[in-house]
Amino acid sequence: MDKNKYKMLVNKYTPKENRLYNGLIAFIVGGLMGVLGQFLVSFYAYYFSVPTKDASVFMIITLVFLGCFLTCLGFFDKMVSFARCGLIIPITGFAHSMMSAALEYKKEGLVTGIGANMFKLAGTVIIFGVVSAYLFGLLRVMVIGG
Amino acid sequence: MTFKYNNVYINGTSTITGPYEAKGPFNKYYDKSYDNFYCGTKTWEQAESKLLVESVDTVLAKVMKVKKEVDLHISGDLLNQIVSTNYASATLGIPLIGIYSACSTSVLGLILGSNMLDSDQIQNCVVSVSSHNNGSEKQFRQPVEYGGPKRKTATFTVTGAASAYLSRKESPIKIESATIGRVIDLGVTDPYHMGAAMAPSAATTIYEHLKETNRDISYYDLVLTGDLGVYGKKILTEYMRLEYHVELNHYDDTACMIYDLENQPVFAGGSGPACLPLVVYSYIFEKMKRKELKRVLLVATGALLSPTMTNQKLSIPSVSHAISLEVNHDLS
Repeated sequence: MDKNKYKMLVNKYTPKENRLYNGLIAFIVGGLMGVLGQFLVSFYAYYFSVPTKDASVFMIITLVFLGCFLTCLGFFDKMVSFARCGLIIPITGFAHSMMSAALEYKKEGLVTGIGANMFKLAGTVIIFGVVSAYLFGLLRVMVIGG
Repeated sequence: MTFKYNNVYINGTSTITGPYEAKGPFNKYYDKSYDNFYCGTKTWEQAESKLLVESVDTVLAKVMKVKKEVDLHISGDLLNQIVSTNYASATLGIPLIGIYSACSTSVLGLILGSNMLDSDQIQNCVVSVSSHNNGSEKQFRQPVEYGGPKRKTATFTVTGAASAYLSRKESPIKIESATIGRVIDLGVTDPYHMGAAMAPSAATTIYEHLKETNRDISYYDLVLTGDLGVYGKKILTEYMRLEYHVELNHYDDTACMIYDLENQPVFAGGSGPACLPLVVYSYIFEKMKRKELKRVLLVATGALLSPTMTNQKLSIPSVSHAISLEVNHDLS
């Protein structure tokens, strides 16, 4: 059997992922994360009397902490498996990927284990985050001049 | 390449498993199960090594032999440099042949042992294999605590170790013949659909075994593949029909048997080198001893996956080895 014919056979018996359902769940959970984030920003701005800019930083710290903490308790992976991009795209996904890698390699030492592997998944996000920030920043300067 | 054996027997077997297998349907047949992934050690890799040592100790206790009396230990696992095997062997102290053939290691080990026994090179040997779910996830996939979604075709690596003691002394289960498979690559690049990568190699090995032994598929009461999973099983059945005009009527796949697919989070079923021997040495041997099955063809399927090569956009080659087991009628 040639490769193309075999590919057709494999496709015939490969179950379809339920993209609409997954997308909907991700949309709802991701939206709720946005609501939570906004609530935290307003909460910090109002009760701690700090500017919105600082309150946003507090909100990020809170969500990163939650993502890390729940990962360490061992059930955030199940939540992510369910909500998919609803929890992966927000900052919680970034925290989750770092913390899960750190947990995985902690037995291999502080430097050779955690240090070398913590950014195994999150490293990509940082690199391309910086690259795209640079590109879009440049684009903005060229189009509207800063 | 097919070999025929005159008098090679499996005198005893042992099965040690992790927590998920213990919740599966064959729990009562296993010798021992651990309720966590560390099995009393500090890391998953060390846990796998411990499982392997225990499985060898258990089988030797069953056949009433001590380590000094064993000529050879043939063993393999999934981890890089087959570390579980090597570290287990440092504890065991039996002369070792360490082998790697991914999930087809179990049958490859049985074939090597049978060949050496049949040619009188050794008097006996222990053939073992192990795998560990978290150890494999760490090496081949993502960190265990990372919850990135998996597709329905993904499989769940079995945690456990299984050993068999082989010699020329007669016992109820005879190793009758075996076929070494070719490495086949039909262009499957998806590491989360290993059943599709492995099905053509299983089909090729089954077909060559039947051709070289001049047998019809109906000769066997059961054909059992290793870890194709729910979808790979369907692909193999259709592939055999289209390519070789062979109908697999009495056929099953141990990946679909070892777990409760409805209630356990195992996607398309089990996988890993220990999947096939855990089912065969427990449930299938029990059925053979009761003579409900007389001739069984085991086809261990191995996806020779390397994350480096799949990242280089290469497809996944696979290999399957087959071994034919029969109930020894002389003893009954």
